[in-house]
Amino acid sequence: MVEQASVGVPFWILSVIVLVSGFMVVSLKNIFHCALFLIFCLTGVAGIFVLLNAEFLAAAQVLIYVGAVCTLMIFAIMLTSNMTSKKIIQTNHNAMVAFFGCMIFTVSVVAMLWITTRDGIWHMATELLPENNVLVIGQLLMTKFVVPFEVVSIVLLAAMIGAIVLARGEKA
Amino acid sequence: MTEHAYLIPLLPLFAFVMVVFFLRWKEPLAAGFSIAMILCTWVMSIWVLIETLARHGEPYEFFFYITSFASLNFEIGILVDPLTAMMLIVVTTVGSCVQIYSLGYMKGDPKFSRFFAYLSLFCFSMLGLVLANNFFMIFIFWELVGLTSYLLIGFWSEKKVAADAGKKAFITTRIGDLGFIVGLLLVAAYCGTFNYGEVFDKIGAGVMPLGVLTMAAIFLFCGAVGKSAQFPLHVWLPDAMEGPTPVSALIHAATMVAAGVYLVARFMNVFIGSADASMVVAVIGIITSVLAASIALVQNDIKRVLAYSTVSQLGYMIMALGLYGYDTAQGHHSAGYVAGTLHLMTHAFFKGLLFLGAGSVIHAVHTNDIQEMGGLFRKMKATSITFMIASLSIAGIFPLSGFWSKDEIVVATSHHPIFMVLTLTVAFMTAFYMWRLCFLTFFGEPRDAERYEHAHESPKSMTGPLIVLGVLSVVAGWVALPWLHHGFSSFVYHGEVHHAGPNYLLMLISTVVAVSGIVLAWLVYHKKAISADALAEKFRPIHTLLYNKYYFDELYDLILIRPILAFGRFWWSFDARVVDGMVNGTGRATILWSDLKEWFDVHIVDGAVNGCGWVVNQAASKLKYLQTGAVQFYALFMLLMIVAVALFKFEMTRVATTWPVLTAIFFSGVVLLGLLVRQTANKKKTADVLESDK
Amino acid sequence: MQYYLILAAILFAIGLFGVITRRNTIGILMSLELMFNAAIINFVTFNKYSLAEGLTGQMFGIFIIVIAAAEATVGLAIVLLIYRNWRGIDSDNYSIMKW
Repeated sequence: MVEQASVGVPFWILSVIVLVSGFMVVSLKNIFHCALFLIFCLTGVAGIFVLLNAEFLAAAQVLIYVGAVCTLMIFAIMLTSNMTSKKIIQTNHNAMVAFFGCMIFTVSVVAMLWITTRDGIWHMATELLPENNVLVIGQLLMTKFVVPFEVVSIVLLAAMIGAIVLARGEKA
Repeated sequence: MTEHAYLIPLLPLFAFVMVVFFLRWKEPLAAGFSIAMILCTWVMSIWVLIETLARHGEPYEFFFYITSFASLNFEIGILVDPLTAMMLIVVTTVGSCVQIYSLGYMKGDPKFSRFFAYLSLFCFSMLGLVLANNFFMIFIFWELVGLTSYLLIGFWSEKKVAADAGKKAFITTRIGDLGFIVGLLLVAAYCGTFNYGEVFDKIGAGVMPLGVLTMAAIFLFCGAVGKSAQFPLHVWLPDAMEGPTPVSALIHAATMVAAGVYLVARFMNVFIGSADASMVVAVIGIITSVLAASIALVQNDIKRVLAYSTVSQLGYMIMALGLYGYDTAQGHHSAGYVAGTLHLMTHAFFKGLLFLGAGSVIHAVHTNDIQEMGGLFRKMKATSITFMIASLSIAGIFPLSGFWSKDEIVVATSHHPIFMVLTLTVAFMTAFYMWRLCFLTFFGEPRDAERYEHAHESPKSMTGPLIVLGVLSVVAGWVALPWLHHGFSSFVYHGEVHHAGPNYLLMLISTVVAVSGIVLAWLVYHKKAISADALAEKFRPIHTLLYNKYYFDELYDLILIRPILAFGRFWWSFDARVVDGMVNGTGRATILWSDLKEWFDVHIVDGAVNGCGWVVNQAASKLKYLQTGAVQFYALFMLLMIVAVALFKFEMTRVATTWPVLTAIFFSGVVLLGLLVRQTANKKKTADVLESDK
Repeated sequence: MQYYLILAAILFAIGLFGVITRRNTIGILMSLELMFNAAIINFVTFNKYSLAEGLTGQMFGIFIIVIAAAEATVGLAIVLLIYRNWRGIDSDNYSIMKW
């Protein structure tokens, strides 16, 4: 039986890191700082993955997101904007409404989760995840998920070509 | 054949329909078809007569119910008894002759086909009338013959006199028909049926009190008075001579006017029930007879003389039937019924012949005035001879048909000396005026040379029928020779067979009267031994009175038409002022109301419609600002809506009542917020752009 | 389990707030990444606590990461393009599809 009721100290630490840095991502004025906090946040999420027995996913998270996507973001920021050091308003006029909307959303979802968990209507797994899940994921990718895997390859290829075409512009 | 007697009226109806709808444009075909049909009915009528004779006069009845209304059955059926059989022969014979005659007479008339159509329609109506087995049917056909009579009198409707005469005939007979329908309904109300046999049985059983029966009989007789042109409704018949002469012969001499006599004969049971009613009938008959005969003495229009003669002879028949009813009610034997019906038949033949002959003469000289004729015998042998045979017959000269029937009528008056004297007087006058007509028309010197020069004998199609009718005028009476033991009187009779032997004294008297009338006419108008003008001068007041037909028309004009017209004018002005005022007022009120409604339409309804449009337009012009084109704005809205829906779904399961309301408030708040945001955004935007551009 | 889910929900809300409110297009993309991560946390959580057999949740996580990478690539390329055309990547400025 999986331990459910409580979570350990690592979870709380990681949660604080994720939420605080996530909040920084959306609220800081300097877009470059935002990107840095995004790296923090995503790394925290990778830690959460480890807590959830998803070591492969955590590795992929660190490699792809932290290593690739965030680097890409910083590149783009440096390429496009001259505003990294400018003190301008980074949020638009929707801010107040969006804030209240998101608050209501969060509160209602939290309330819902809390109530449903208290009432015990969730289906609970009876067995543990496989220990060596990297091996299992590799097997699954080559057997059960082979078609999505190939489709995703094509999507990645298409995205790559598309990005090149778009970024080159019409000059060449 | 008798069981197919319903075909007899239907064939002319078929002819009418065919001519009107299909053959109207092919005149010879139309006439030929019409004549063929009437000849068919003639053959069938003879057949029916033979079968009726073979049945010894046993009535044959055949009918079916069409509907019943408040315990009153309406049925369609035919009744063939000796009276019917005789009438069939009369109608079809004269009808055939007249239609053939019309071939020549109406030649070249622009409404030739229509004339034959009308004749066929008339034959249908008349035969239906004769064959009807109930009061309801006879009334329908009664009105139909009235209609065709109107159509045919006014046939040359472009002539105002003809159109007026048609109207006069129609309206005058309508007065009688009013009485007829009242009597008919009285009978039906008391007897609960329309069928002849049942009605007569019930009357015999005494379901109608005597007073009511008398009233019903007199009302029924009113119909006969109108149709048979009896006093005081006789005024229409002479005017009806404006119609084509064949029509006069067929309708206004031989058949339709005899329908009144037929009616009285057919309803004899009703009249027998009431001696008073019968006496009224007889008195009306003799008054008519004397009046009409005396008027005929001095008239100069050949057709009018014949018309008054017809009225007079019809009066004879009515009188005979009335006396029969009276005598039978008193318990005496009477020859009146046989006499009336026999005279009906013989009169149909010789009067039809007289009219056709007159038509032939008019055809030749193109005038109606006998003062402009004369000496035509040399030019028109066939016409003259047949005309004179008919004249002898109507005068009552042995052994022509008129002698026998007139003799019967004289016999019928044997219980009533006054009637007998008047009857003989009428016989004398009849002989006189008929032969005055003959002498003035056919003998002596031509008084109008030019007309005489152009006179010529009529074509074969006209003289043929004349000869046929001439023969019939001679022999038709022989069916009732007093020496025959199974003659007419044992075929057409009412109640019991009453066979009286020959009465030689009366025969002698009536012959003497007739001959003396002819001789007087000969003396006055041929030998000129007595000057007609001198006679007229001597009896100037009487002559004037007679010449002006007893001033009946003027009298009616004074006492009926003028008051009615005045009354009508009064109501006309009432109409014009009050009724029209009301109508116009209603119209104006309607217009006002529609104006009001138009205003309402334009301002309120259209206003509402346009208002809807305006509201939508305005709302759209404001709400379009929601379409900002900013993706983030849309995302915000998505978020808000998702939250709203989630809340709604989630809380629906918990607090069912309060949350939907709160949700609705939330929704509207969202929209308002969106608008607010947009407004502020528009204001802020310029500032931001300016700031970012620095 | 609910702690992980609540964490994911809050992270998602933060990401959403960012998507709606950031004026910088790259900021929007970064917020989107946060939302993706929230989704992946959910998948993995359910995979562990609610439906353990088969690692389907983790597989989905992997695919989401891949798609997110592709999305980021294309998105940043588009940002570059916009930057070239408008000389700025302020999302308020390219509302050409408005009324």
